Amino acid sequence: MNLDINVTENSEKYLVHLSGEIDAYTSQKLKDTLLPLTKKKGYTLVVDLEQVNYMDSTGLGVFISVLKATKEAESSMTLINLKERVRKLFKITGLDQIININLDERGVND
Amino acid sequence: MEAFDFIEMKVPAKEEYVGVVRLSISGIANRMGFTYEDIEDLKVAISEAVTNAVTHAYEANEEGEVTIGFGIYESRLEVMVADHGGSFNLSEVKNGIGPYENNESIENLREGGFGLFLMQALMDKVEIKNDSGVIVLMTKYIDEIGVGFDDDHVSTTK
Repeated sequence: MNLDINVTENSEKYLVHLSGEIDAYTSQKLKDTLLPLTKKKGYTLVVDLEQVNYMDSTGLGVFISVLKATKEAESSMTLINLKERVRKLFKITGLDQIININLDERGVND
Repeated sequence: MEAFDFIEMKVPAKEEYVGVVRLSISGIANRMGFTYEDIEDLKVAISEAVTNAVTHAYEANEEGEVTIGFGIYESRLEVMVADHGGSFNLSEVKNGIGPYENNESIENLREGGFGLFLMQALMDKVEIKNDSGVIVLMTKYIDEIGVGFDDDHVSTTK
């Protein structure tokens, strides 16, 4: 019941690998890590959710804050490799309309 | 009266225990025969309710506990989450429930506004009582056929 966060930087891109659960306990740490990564204009923040096996509205709240921060700094955010369960939450809340979600980042999963 | 088993647990009103409650409901729902998808729905719904209670206790600077009750029936699971902390602003929680609409500006998006909406979307019934503290009552029925809704020619009566 924890969340591991691993950040790498590569040509105007921050790639953030998350592994674990995003809930009330772990979401603050996630927010504190992601927000500073939005500050560079033109940068893309790519968040890989492949290893996230649980998320609730606290996670949605974090991504809303980060999205707002990217708009202010003229950077951008993309979420990749979402599990079906996690994607469902973005879908039913309608947030998939405003948050950039890329389902095919690594090609076809088997 | 309809027969049921009842399990009650109390956890400190702290964020690190939300995951413990989630594991508990996962075990209970699994024993009852809920599908994987339903168990995941239950985990999110109960986490939202417990998170609300914990956040409220934190904001009020109270060291309280959250009581969770599980009513295990043949056909359904009833979950009760009680926060005995007093001053809870129900209208604030109910304010602006609903999914994001295309015409809203991003600046107005509520970062914490989806908890109650998700409970309602993922459970069959949600009631909130606000007398002394807040009690959330949620019900989810077992899909008796045990087949996913996207299979052809399967209809369920709920």
